[in-house]
Amino acid sequence: MTGAKALIHALEKEGTDLVFGLPGGANLPIYDALVGANLRHVLVRHEQSAAHMADGYARIKRKAGVCFATSGPGATNLITGIATAYADSSPIVAVTGQVPLAMIGKDAFQETDIIGVANPCTKYSFQPRAPGEIPEIVKKAFYIAESGRPGPVLVDIPKDVQQATADMKFPDLIKVRGYNPVLDADLSDMSRAVELLIKAERPIIMAGGGVILSGAFSELQALAELLMIPVVTTFKGKGAFPENHPLAMGPIGMHGHAEANKIILEADCIVAVGARFSDRSVGRFDEFGKGMSIIHMDIDPAEIGKNKSVDVAIVGDVKSSLRTLVKLLSKKVVKRSSDSPWLKRRKELIQYYSETLKDYPRDITAKKSLKKLRELLPANGLVTTEVGQCQMWASLHFDVISPGTFFSSTGLGTMGFGFPASIGAKAAKPSVPVVDIAGDGSFNMTENSLAVSVLEKFPVIVFLMNNYMLGMVAQWQRTFYNRRYSGVEQHSCPDYVKVAEAYGAQGIRVGSMQELDKAIKAAIKSDVATVIDIPIDPDEDVYPFVAPGTGLKDMITGA
Amino acid sequence: MVTTQNGSWYIVSALVENKPGVLFRVTNLFRARSFNIESITVGSTEQKDLSRMTITTNSDERTLDQLVKQLRKLIDVVEVKVLDTEKTVYRELALIKMKAVDPTTRSEIINYSTIFRGNILDIGKETITVEITGTPDKIDAFKNLVEPYGITQLSRTGVSALPRGVEV
Repeated sequence: MTGAKALIHALEKEGTDLVFGLPGGANLPIYDALVGANLRHVLVRHEQSAAHMADGYARIKRKAGVCFATSGPGATNLITGIATAYADSSPIVAVTGQVPLAMIGKDAFQETDIIGVANPCTKYSFQPRAPGEIPEIVKKAFYIAESGRPGPVLVDIPKDVQQATADMKFPDLIKVRGYNPVLDADLSDMSRAVELLIKAERPIIMAGGGVILSGAFSELQALAELLMIPVVTTFKGKGAFPENHPLAMGPIGMHGHAEANKIILEADCIVAVGARFSDRSVGRFDEFGKGMSIIHMDIDPAEIGKNKSVDVAIVGDVKSSLRTLVKLLSKKVVKRSSDSPWLKRRKELIQYYSETLKDYPRDITAKKSLKKLRELLPANGLVTTEVGQCQMWASLHFDVISPGTFFSSTGLGTMGFGFPASIGAKAAKPSVPVVDIAGDGSFNMTENSLAVSVLEKFPVIVFLMNNYMLGMVAQWQRTFYNRRYSGVEQHSCPDYVKVAEAYGAQGIRVGSMQELDKAIKAAIKSDVATVIDIPIDPDEDVYPFVAPGTGLKDMITGA
Repeated sequence: MVTTQNGSWYIVSALVENKPGVLFRVTNLFRARSFNIESITVGSTEQKDLSRMTITTNSDERTLDQLVKQLRKLIDVVEVKVLDTEKTVYRELALIKMKAVDPTTRSEIINYSTIFRGNILDIGKETITVEITGTPDKIDAFKNLVEPYGITQLSRTGVSALPRGVEV
């Protein structure tokens, strides 16, 4: 069997039924081996999108997504997508072609040291030197990508290794001796966590992306409801907890909900679950959490103490940690009442900000559009976003009801992520509508994926809030540079309805909220991708806003 | 740990897979996370598929904690320990080439190197090359002593270390 055939067979054995990719000189043998294989290949128009599609697929399927690219530029084009997956702990297995072994190091045509390039943004990388190594390497790649704190793994296969033959053995069990992810909760610190939580008068849960990765939704809810603890999330953790729940407060952070940013500063005990205290979430590391006790639960030991020193650290899969914590707590406390002073404070803050924060005065605004989308999209519909104002508006104004139905490029902040990622999500779960909450700037970057959505029949919805502006940069230029615009205007180009139609997709431009209502309904029913072009005012800002380098207490509400 | 001007001096010992690219992954990690290391040595061990890396660093406790955790996170790193300098044997080797033309200088250098239990590796018409083995402190002391003669070239290996006694 050839190395290329062994790769495809090993992927099939891992349960891969779908691969996103683009062929080239150095992976021709792999593409030849795809003919007649039991897995579907989706041809992308740019390798970056292949990685994002694999990422979107992985986040919904909760197993590794796979993408292919050739050597050199094919491989480097994948890097943005790989780095995006790395920043958000998403499991993808990227397979690149490489120049033949004898050509490596000779600066051959389309040769890139992709192992070197990818090192800082992959969990691990492999380069098989003989075809017989491929089955075990693929098995290890999936194991490393999917287990522990998930992440991308690169497999870079020289062309002659793809072509050469060997007697293949496909192992069922593998061991990686330097890799032993901690899964079961460390019990030694659990009793201190219980003590702190029982003593706390103003406890708060800060749920991060780890809750979603681990599928610990019911466990999180059990903890919150047992002690009646208000729940804020990080942006990555948005949707870890139903945002219409009576204890929900929404995301904190640079563009977090005002009441969430406010209440977390008043807490006396924070339980951070699968969160990493990123600068975008907590503002200043030195200021955040002062005078409060912090309990930190995470699967990655290196996250403990990285950005924030904590009082109690519980390392392990948060699903199992939460389950144990709830079990221990329920032996000591009876269910608490819902009218404690702390919960009254929660209500008071929500009430205060709902009355104080002004709506942008216009017929169609981002906020109104997103509320309309929420009203019409079924709770199990999947939502992803592009990056910038559209993303932050989604965070603020689109409530996630069913846990785990929302994701975004939260760590790397990759413009152009949302659209291909929505295609990956649709591939993972074709039965539900999938929406990419987009802005014009980001959509421009990967709009050629329209070809993929049309030809491969992934009818997703691009919810394009269009101000023909790199809106977030423009907002910062308005705020910090005295409205001196530099490099942000898109000058009404292109016409997105025509762009959609050029690819055979549906384009709808709306001029009123009634038209938006109709367009969303049509898009949900449509069997081709739909771009809804929603003109919004370029001066509409995202508020609240915690300026970079400042703390949550310095939040600007715009009121 | 030895207390120094900038935090503390630590010796970190890591067992890593003996295969291509591992040193790159480790040093790239140090670069990417701005960990300042003083020296790093890599060599074979009693097990042919494992190498031992010895890293010395001046840092505060929190940075050291991160350095160790991030190292452990690397797939090719099998085991990481911060060695207690009190219970560790550690040595560094230095080759020092000095200007030595006149007979007085030459005999002084030879004397010093005897006191420091060094070896004279090479004597030319104008230079003497000495090998000194010991703790980094000892090498520093010798270096300071012979500096006035004019050191023309110097090469240090970095620290290699093992715990004392039966501790693994």
